[in-house]
Amino acid sequence: MKQKDLILYSGLIILGLAAPYLFSAFKVQLTYLCVLIVLAMTWNLQGGEMGYNSFGNILFYGLGMYLTASVQVGMFFPLAEWTESGGEKTFVHTTAQYFQGIGVGLLVSAIVPALVAGAIGYAILGLRGHYFAICTLGLGIAAGEIAGGIEIIGAGQGFTTPPFPAEIVDVEARGKFFYFLSFFVLVLAFIFVKYIYGSRFRLILNAIRDNEDKAEAMGIQTMKYKIVGWMVSAFFCGLAGGIMGGLIGYIDSTDVAFDGREMGVFMVLMAILGGKGTLWGPIIGATLFHFFKEGLWTFILGWQYVALGVLIVVIVIYFPEGLMGWLREKYPERFGEVIDEKDRKSQVELK
Amino acid sequence: MDFLIFKAPMLMVQASLDGILLGILFALIAYGMALQWGVMNIINIAQGDLVILGGYIAYTMYIAGIHPAWGVIVSPILMYFVGWGLYKLVINKVVDRDLFISILATFGIAIVFQQLMNFIFGADVVVAQSGYGTTMLFDNSVTLPNSKIFSAFVSLAYAVALVIYMKKSKLGRAIRATAQNARAAKILGVDTEKVYAATFGINAALCGIAGALISITLTLHPYVGLPYTVRSFMIVIVAGLGNLPAVAISGMGLGLFEEFADYILGTEFRIGAVFMLLVFILVYRRFKLSKKREYLK
Repeated sequence: MKQKDLILYSGLIILGLAAPYLFSAFKVQLTYLCVLIVLAMTWNLQGGEMGYNSFGNILFYGLGMYLTASVQVGMFFPLAEWTESGGEKTFVHTTAQYFQGIGVGLLVSAIVPALVAGAIGYAILGLRGHYFAICTLGLGIAAGEIAGGIEIIGAGQGFTTPPFPAEIVDVEARGKFFYFLSFFVLVLAFIFVKYIYGSRFRLILNAIRDNEDKAEAMGIQTMKYKIVGWMVSAFFCGLAGGIMGGLIGYIDSTDVAFDGREMGVFMVLMAILGGKGTLWGPIIGATLFHFFKEGLWTFILGWQYVALGVLIVVIVIYFPEGLMGWLREKYPERFGEVIDEKDRKSQVELK
Repeated sequence: MDFLIFKAPMLMVQASLDGILLGILFALIAYGMALQWGVMNIINIAQGDLVILGGYIAYTMYIAGIHPAWGVIVSPILMYFVGWGLYKLVINKVVDRDLFISILATFGIAIVFQQLMNFIFGADVVVAQSGYGTTMLFDNSVTLPNSKIFSAFVSLAYAVALVIYMKKSKLGRAIRATAQNARAAKILGVDTEKVYAATFGINAALCGIAGALISITLTLHPYVGLPYTVRSFMIVIVAGLGNLPAVAISGMGLGLFEEFADYILGTEFRIGAVFMLLVFILVYRRFKLSKKREYLK
């Protein structure tokens, strides 16, 4: 089993490293895929494992996006003048400045959202069930509306992130840089989530999901673990947002950064599509969703949101356990579940 | 405090009147939400989009040359069937399930509605002119559109009619019985499936009325549904399920809050303020409830 895992992981890593050379035309799409997988995987940590269905992780994503861009600009130039000139070529980052800026920016965009999650966690995570869902939905949208009114980050007219340094002549460099950055974050997130899946922390999260009061009665400080779980999500959401900001090159408060209508729903949908509460579910879900989206979007131009809405309804109503849940139902032995044949028969008869 | 509103007392009167008249409208939407939440245990994210759709029905009449005020009669009738169809298509599959499923499913419906309205009616901000003129108060320092007064009266009339209907009619009794205990109602011969469909239809009809009123007092746009959902959700949380006077009062409170936030923070933060208020109310409620729980220790 161990050796099989090793082959699988090394195969995936080689595939990931080779992907931008194999599918050279789809580098941007591959970067999107990495970011989507990170978002789905970390949403799953609390939505699937902890049972706290959040619509508001987009808050950290957008925060990360604005922070990375702001730091990247603010380290070398006055931020207010930058946004006022709409990213005109009055200020140009040198190559060194660009990479220094984005490095520090990504660091900030990972740490600050995690701290924000920790700070608001005590108040927000005390809400249960659907109150939590609606509250986080409100948080995400409020953040977008408020960001759209703040002058220094561009308000309603948006924020142009620093362009990739022109001194690098290689036209492929930008795509490769962002792909490998996102792939690195993906690997980091996977290792982290995988580690959590093998730890006591995951069992505690599951206990919170299954019966929080009982878990508390058993002596688990549920609030502490809930906050840590949310902070982990926020950390990776912030990083993902920072990368996407650089990739897209333009930040709009409600359409790009705090995009609850797209990214905010996508991460929930992808995790549910693949199967909540499994390690591979969100990864498979995100991949399937991305292929579906990219393959179909262009054919049904204009109708994509209708398709998205219908897709949400169909998945939620007919397919709430997701792909992994369905597989688990069908082949329980593969998931390490031992089924007593007699027990299964008697259950069927009961129906 | 260096805000215009505190320097000019008449502006305060203006904001208060606007807020109260608007709040009555919000309360009507919230009453529909409380109804379906109480009876079917569903949180309908598409509530606001039903409102906007109802508004577009009135707007279509206005385009066709009929006075939009007739929308308050036509729109609820059409919206009842929209709600009924929606129930038969989707909602009946989420009634007995986890609330999160209903939130997500209605979120999907909301996206579909927004996009379809965008296709049919275009992405422009539209308004149906009622031509009711305005009333000037206090030496012309306070202006009050008559359409707002009209909308408040219509909302009140419909609310009173609905309360009487729920108390006296057979269907109203069946709805109340189902809200109390669906299983017991079923045993006693109530066709709960029919009751659910009717409840959702009535909710959609209420949204239709509110939408028709919004089309003449405020503006319509395909993507402004969600704030209405959130407003009604807030009102229901504060007022509780099935407490109509409290729904009316908290609706007016919300209207007041919005108008003052509009003057103090600026119009660009108005929607943001509404959503922040939602977060604050939920967090306040959580701390209040957790205090209550601590008595058990």
